[in-house]
Formats: sequence, structure tokens, C-alpha cells
Amino acid sequence: MIIEGIAVPFGYASVDTDAMFPVSGEQTAAEHGWGAALFHRWRADPSFILNDPAYRAATILVADADFGIGSSRETAVWALAGAGFRAVLAPSFGDIFRSNCVRNGVLTAVLEPAARLRVHEYLLANPGAALTVDLESSVLEPLGEPLRIDGFARRVLVEGVDEFSLLLDLADRTDARLGPTPDTRSVA
Amino acid sequence: MAPRTLFAKVWESHVVDRLDDGPDVLAIDLHLIHEVTSLRAFEMLAERGLATRHPERTLGVADHIVPVTGQWTSRARDWADTLARNCAEHGIPHLPYGHPKQGIVHVIGPELGLSGPGLTIACGDSHTSTHGALGAVAFGIGTTQVAHVLATQSLLINRPKTMEIRVDGVLGPGVTSKDLALALLARHGNLAAAGHAVEYRGSAIEALSPEARMTLCNMGIELGARMSMVAAPPLSTDEGAVFDARLTLDAAGVPPYVTWGTNPAQSVPLGARVPGPASDTDDSTKRALAYSGLAPGTPIADVTIDAAFIGSCTNGRIEDLRAAAQVLRGRRVAPGVRAVVAPGSMTVRARAEAEGLDEVFRAAGFEWGTAGCSLCIAANGDLIPAGARCASTTNRNFEGRQGTGSRTHLMSPASVAASAVAGRLISASELS
Repeated sequence: MIIEGIAVPFGYASVDTDAMFPVSGEQTAAEHGWGAALFHRWRADPSFILNDPAYRAATILVADADFGIGSSRETAVWALAGAGFRAVLAPSFGDIFRSNCVRNGVLTAVLEPAARLRVHEYLLANPGAALTVDLESSVLEPLGEPLRIDGFARRVLVEGVDEFSLLLDLADRTDARLGPTPDTRSVA
Repeated sequence: MAPRTLFAKVWESHVVDRLDDGPDVLAIDLHLIHEVTSLRAFEMLAERGLATRHPERTLGVADHIVPVTGQWTSRARDWADTLARNCAEHGIPHLPYGHPKQGIVHVIGPELGLSGPGLTIACGDSHTSTHGALGAVAFGIGTTQVAHVLATQSLLINRPKTMEIRVDGVLGPGVTSKDLALALLARHGNLAAAGHAVEYRGSAIEALSPEARMTLCNMGIELGARMSMVAAPPLSTDEGAVFDARLTLDAAGVPPYVTWGTNPAQSVPLGARVPGPASDTDDSTKRALAYSGLAPGTPIADVTIDAAFIGSCTNGRIEDLRAAAQVLRGRRVAPGVRAVVAPGSMTVRARAEAEGLDEVFRAAGFEWGTAGCSLCIAANGDLIPAGARCASTTNRNFEGRQGTGSRTHLMSPASVAASAVAGRLISASELS
């Protein structure tokens, strides 16, 4: 499987999910769809890179370290996917954000810091250039940079995994693993 | 059997199955849901015609969007009503706004005796790590996984590595577990513990109260750890068990801390100066400085504030309110500073009132709110205006976290109380 498309030299480090989808984006999302709410506040700045027409059809985001820190809000990923993004490449990711991406058809792949910088500079020098992520070989072309891709995340994207069915099939075994807890009906 | 970590004991007893390419199927003992992230999870269940498998292991509570100092917004009312309706349809116990046990989900779980050692706990909220202070494996999940847990009481999750964060020594006077959390962030960054389950250990941790441990585990997610733990009887890490990674901190060397920027790792000791960019290309620091309206080299003690907030799942428990009230007794909030207390739960609120703390706060010029997330999330009508600066006991100082354009400085409850009185960012020991 290949993910190919225009890539954004996003550059920012420590991007939190509040920035991706602020609470104030709910109204925008309700009226114009999830994608319209992506980086809702940052988009108010005309010079924000996602306002650049060169990236209107972008599908790959190349970001700096600590992407997706903070809140567990899945709306951040719905906004990314809604805006057409299919992959985020960065040196490191927040764990919950990564998990949410798996469930929404967005690939997160680790690009080591030095490689991230090379890709970033390539994209700055070639605005609107396309990149290709090969999920089988875990290589980013045309630069030949290696990517680290989680095995399960790859399978979900390539084959599709119905997690509800998988978990429901195991429900009796799950019940056997549940420990004794106070009944929540005793408090409400 | 080989010696095992606390984390391994709890995790392994809940593994239902192990997939070849990574994740485990993990059984979830307790599922806490709130009005924001459960909304679309119930829609996902409806689309598949699925029921909640274990309503008696599920508890719904409205906390994020409920009014604390103000009025209901129409969206908030709609979400709270939807949670109530979903809970009723699924037979899930629910603590609505106005219920005497209602409060922030991570305050009421331990308070009502639901969270405890050896449990696996999930909630659609990243600060679920809080419950780990009681020896639970507790972690935040997205909405799709909220739906998975509702339908199956299980989910797929990669088993994290383990990290020991060892804090030995004695904390200085007036230094709290909030300061430990910020000190760790300042030293190690936002994702130092990503991919790991953290266990806090050492003599300084053993000396902390359960509530102070909750503050530390709460902010473990800021350090990147989806789950944080502290040993709690009868469960602990075996002698000789090996962790995959380790950080250490000397408690005696930690002063009260404050954040200056737009992520929690951008923090310095109170009394220090605002740092500058590490290099010309350090755009992240430059952007944070610009957003914060601060120049490098500015003494933190010269930074004036417009607001002060005490509350949240990080610091909204009774000990936090006592610590702040201790500083405020016989003092007044500086002119022009709006100061708010949002007790973490209605139980905390009632207890504080029984101790007369509400009178201390009111006499000092604080607003005394009801229980909820209030100014930690800016989704409930409580907002810091654009450009205004708030000393806050919360967990995140991200851009816009307390309202579009708001500036947040994270501190301990005593430091926020002192800063409210002084009208600038100081520790309680600096208050004359």
C-alpha cells in the first residue's frame, strides 16, 4: 500500500490536540464539517501554512517532535482526516493521539529528527511537492528516508480490522478477566 | 516466578488475548464516561445496534461543560441532556449536574471508592492517569475506544514499556507534588515518558498523601505517559523487578515552579527569569514567548496577572483548597485580579464549606464556584479573555486552553493563592 500526495513542511514542534481542534472549533465543525475546524485558531492567521493555496490538496503533514500531545480528543484526528490528511510524519507522537489515528485511517510514522529536517528542507525548496509513503517497505520517497510504522497500524490501514467484531468475539473471555469492583449503581 | 513490576501484575491479570502484530486485548474493570467524549461513542453503538455490556462497571458524570461560575450555554445543556438520556437508555448510573456527588470524573472516582489498587480503569479523558495513584492501571482513550469499552468492556492497546521515576529526599517547605511534576517536565520534556507506564517511587513519593500522588499521576500524561502509578497496599513492585527506563529527581533540590510558555515543559522555578530561545532556529520558543507576551530575561516575579484559578482534576481536591486557604487567610486578592475556586466535586465543596474554607476564599475576594472543569477547559462559559494572564492550578498551558488568546501559568494551589494576592507570579514564601 502506498500513500502519495502533496506534503506540508509543517515545522511546528509540540503541537497539542487543543491546537488541532480547539473547543471553539465545535461550531465550525457542526456547520462546515470536521476538516474546516482543523487548526481552527491558527487558520485565522493568513500566513499560516495551511492557508497557502499550494497545500490546499495536501495529504501528508511533516511535523517536528512531540506531535499530538495533550488531550485525548479524537476530534483532532477527525479534523485531520476531514481536511484530507492521510499521514503524519514526525520524530515523536503523543500516545493517545497515535492510537486515535489508527482508528481513523490516518497513518502516523516516525521520521528521525535528522531525516525530518532533510524532508522539511526539501519541501521548503519544492513547495507543493509530493511524497510517497510505502507501507510495505517503510520508506519515504523520493528521499529514501526510513520510517518506523507500527505493525498493527499498518494492518488496519492495509487490510482493515473490525475491532468491534474482534472484541465482541472475545467478550466471554473478557468477562472472565474482570476483577472485583464496586458496583457503580451503589453511588448513583 | 520472576519479580514483576506493579504495572506488570495489574496488566497481565487483565490480558484477554495478545495479537501477533502488537496490541493486547485488555479487560477494563471500570469505565468512567463524561458528556463530551461519550456523545459520539453512543452514536457508534447505535449504528451497530449494540448495548452497553456492563453498565454496573460504568459511571456517567457531567463535568467538562457544566456551569461553575456562570450560566448554561445551549450546547452545554444539550450535551449534558444527551449524556443523561444515553445513560438512562443503557442503564448506566449517572451523576448529573446538581447531584451532591457530582464532580470532575477523576476526583469522584477515588472519592466514591470506585478506583482502587489492581484495577484497570479507562475514560475518554487523558487525565485518567490520575487514578493510578491508587495502584490502578488507568489511562485515557479516544471516543472510538469509549465505544469499544461500552460494547465489550475491553479494548486493544499496545503494552507500554515501564519507567521508574524515583524521587528521594525531603521536599522543601511549601513545595508540592505539582512542583515535582513541573520540575520533571522542565528537565525532561513533554514526551520523556511516551510509550511507558510510569511508576513513581522513592522516599519523597512515600511521604506524599494519596491526594498529592494523584496530582503527580495526573500530570504524568504531560510527561507523555499514558498511565502513571504509585504502589498501594496490597500491591507493589517486587524486589528485583526491572524497569525499562528510569529517571531520578532529588526532592530537596526542587523549588516551587511555574510555566512561562505554551506547553507544560516550558517551566522555570518561581523567582527565576523567562528564558530565551536556545538558538536562532528555535521557533518553538520564539512562538511561545510571542504568544505569552514575555521578553527573555524578564524576572518571573515581575509578570503581573489578571486572573487566578484554583481547581481541576489536577488540584481541585480538599487538600489543595486547604493549602490555598492557608495562604489567603487574612489577605485580599490584588485589585483587578479575577479569582475563582472551582471545587473538584460537590463532595469536596461540601467538606470545604464544613471547614469554613469557602468563607476564607470569599473574604479574600475569590468567587466560590460549583464543581466542574471550569477554567481548565474553556468549554463551559468560564473563560480568560484574550491577552489576559491567569495563574492556574490546572494541567495545560496550551495556546487558547483557557479561552482564545488566554495566557496560562501553571502553579501549585499555594503559589496561585500567593500570586492572586500579590497580583504577580510569586511563591507563597515570597508573600510579605
